Amino acid sequence: MDNIAGKKSSLTWAVHISVALLVLLWLLPTIGLFVSSFRTADQISSTGWWKALFPTEQTLTLRTKTAEAQTQENGVYVIEGNIYEDDPAGEGKGEADITSWGISSRDVSAFAPGDTAELRGGGTLTLEASGAYRMESVEEFSGSRGQRVFVTAEVPPEFTLENYETVLLSGNATDSMAKAFFNTLTVTIPATIIPILIAAFAAYALAWMDFPGRALLIAFVVALLVVPLQLALIPLLKLHLGIGIGKGYLGVWLAHTGFGMPLAVYLLRNYMVGLPRDIIENARVDGATEFQIFVRIILPLSFPALASFAIFQFLWTWNDLLVAIVFLIDATGDTTVMTRQIVELLGTRGGNWEILATAAFVSIAVPLLVFFAMQKYLVRGLLAGSVK
Amino acid sequence: MHPAIQGLITIVIGVGGCAGYFYFSNMLLDKVLFPAKGPNAGRNIKRANMIRPWLFLFPALFVLGLYLTYPVIETLRLSLTDRVPGGGYTFVGLDNYAQMFGEPKFWEAMRNNMLWLVVVPAAATGFGLLAAQLTDRISWGNLAKSLIFMPMAISFVGAAVIWKLVYDARPIDQEQIGILNAVYLALGGAEPQQWLTIPFWNNFFLMAVLIWIQTGFAMVILSAALRGIPEETVEAAIVDGAGPFQIFFKIKVPQIMGTIVVVWTTITIIVLKIFDIVFAMTNGQWETQVLANYMYDKLFRANDWGVGSASAMVIMLLVTPILVWNVYNARKEMR
Repeated sequence: MDNIAGKKSSLTWAVHISVALLVLLWLLPTIGLFVSSFRTADQISSTGWWKALFPTEQTLTLRTKTAEAQTQENGVYVIEGNIYEDDPAGEGKGEADITSWGISSRDVSAFAPGDTAELRGGGTLTLEASGAYRMESVEEFSGSRGQRVFVTAEVPPEFTLENYETVLLSGNATDSMAKAFFNTLTVTIPATIIPILIAAFAAYALAWMDFPGRALLIAFVVALLVVPLQLALIPLLKLHLGIGIGKGYLGVWLAHTGFGMPLAVYLLRNYMVGLPRDIIENARVDGATEFQIFVRIILPLSFPALASFAIFQFLWTWNDLLVAIVFLIDATGDTTVMTRQIVELLGTRGGNWEILATAAFVSIAVPLLVFFAMQKYLVRGLLAGSVK
Repeated sequence: MHPAIQGLITIVIGVGGCAGYFYFSNMLLDKVLFPAKGPNAGRNIKRANMIRPWLFLFPALFVLGLYLTYPVIETLRLSLTDRVPGGGYTFVGLDNYAQMFGEPKFWEAMRNNMLWLVVVPAAATGFGLLAAQLTDRISWGNLAKSLIFMPMAISFVGAAVIWKLVYDARPIDQEQIGILNAVYLALGGAEPQQWLTIPFWNNFFLMAVLIWIQTGFAMVILSAALRGIPEETVEAAIVDGAGPFQIFFKIKVPQIMGTIVVVWTTITIIVLKIFDIVFAMTNGQWETQVLANYMYDKLFRANDWGVGSASAMVIMLLVTPILVWNVYNARKEMR
């Protein structure tokens, strides 16, 4: 802007930096969740997710083979092996070179790799950086458990898909999101498609047909745009229970259709009013019926507005919690949706970030895809839908 | 029957039913009731055209009436009655309201809602305006906008999980995994804070979540408004020697005031209905109750429909001024 006056603003850099900061601030929370969903429970609870991308120094407590594995060489008893391979807890850590180690919890980094430590029960232990060790003793090793070794190593960044496996495939009723995912889909698709059709006809009537009371009806729709759906919960639940729909998919589809209707009619009417009058008048003169005009001309021309509303309604029904818990989910919990499942997880597994993060990300992924793929229509819809 | 099949059948029945209804009702009107031929052709066409709008409108009006208008009236009625054990209702006048006004939890919810009402629209609109203005003229502005807009697609519940991780606290001797506490300690904080359990201030930590979501919305609308400002006004200001800040506050902001008000009121309505964030993050504990969650507590936990409906009416009452204002504007625009 300031270039117009012929001078480069000194603010340009400040602008770039502030935008970068703003974007970073807005992205960080989501990235945190995303990164966490690829980490193991141990990693999440031992370091912040922002350190996940760099090698971390970790101290592991591992055990050598038990006394059963000992062999005799030239009169000394020997146990040999690799500390990483012999203990299940060391699995997958094999690439990390050991920087220091110890055999007492009071001094976990007493020795350097290659050093030899005197064991309390007699004998010696030598540990190499690779994790290979050799225990020697003149007396026979005893005891049912192996020698405890504290190993400190630079562990390279490590990510896992295990959480997604647990959340999507395990079939464990409390953790599983698979069923909830399909339930959410089952709620969402009809609840997105049905209102569009109903609203499109009404919007056409409000935009292009002349009849007494039209202005009043438009005002009525604008008024209903802001009516809180909280008011509808009890009366409609009563109604649904009264006429036998009860709690279930049919009820939630109807409820979403009702709650989405004002925005649908409003958005579509605003768009249709802007269509060129000539086309419609010409069609009328040529003898097309209103039904034909609507199906052949209005619907195809209104595609951008239809897409806008479809995205809104999709995001709203996919992300909804309140309507689902009131109208859909019954005592059996068979019809639980993802948002509900996540709230349950927050209660029962509040500390298990690996499960929580992954579950949340599974539910977020689909709307994010839709968002980035169809952002153009979303923005257009927002601009048309905010009451001017 | 598998729900997915049920869903498919519903789509077919719903869409087919709608299309069929519109098609056959129009057919009936044109061919059977008022055919456009014979001795009364002119009169028939006129009559058909009088009835047709209502054919087009009927399903939508039916749904709007049943799912939004009827509940308002029914909720009003419920708020004035009490359920009699065993069935039936008795009229109790304003007793439910009196009972509600006597509860400290209600006033806590009112206070918090007012706080939300002041802070969230202001902050979201402010940040949105800032982001819109800053990204307006830079090369990667669209990418930046896209990323700031992204939380809009995330559910309130998903956002609650995201922010719970941000606010997580560990004992002082362990490494912090919540980024807020990590930053707090790095800046010299004495010990990690349980952010969501500090009464009063925790409200602001909950609000941050909604501000985070709504800023993108404000930014998108305001950005479009900023682009709509006539270039000449800005150029004239530059020629007159106005600085960038003067241009922004004295030239641009006054011209988009109307849009700012629209954004503000839209976010206000969302704030008045806010439920999921509080439900998922604190459930109203530690003095974070809000009206919608209070209402949910009353309706579905305490099973007290009278007081629950009364609190729903309070939300309705708070929304009403905006409703009237919107209708007034819409009518003005149509004239």
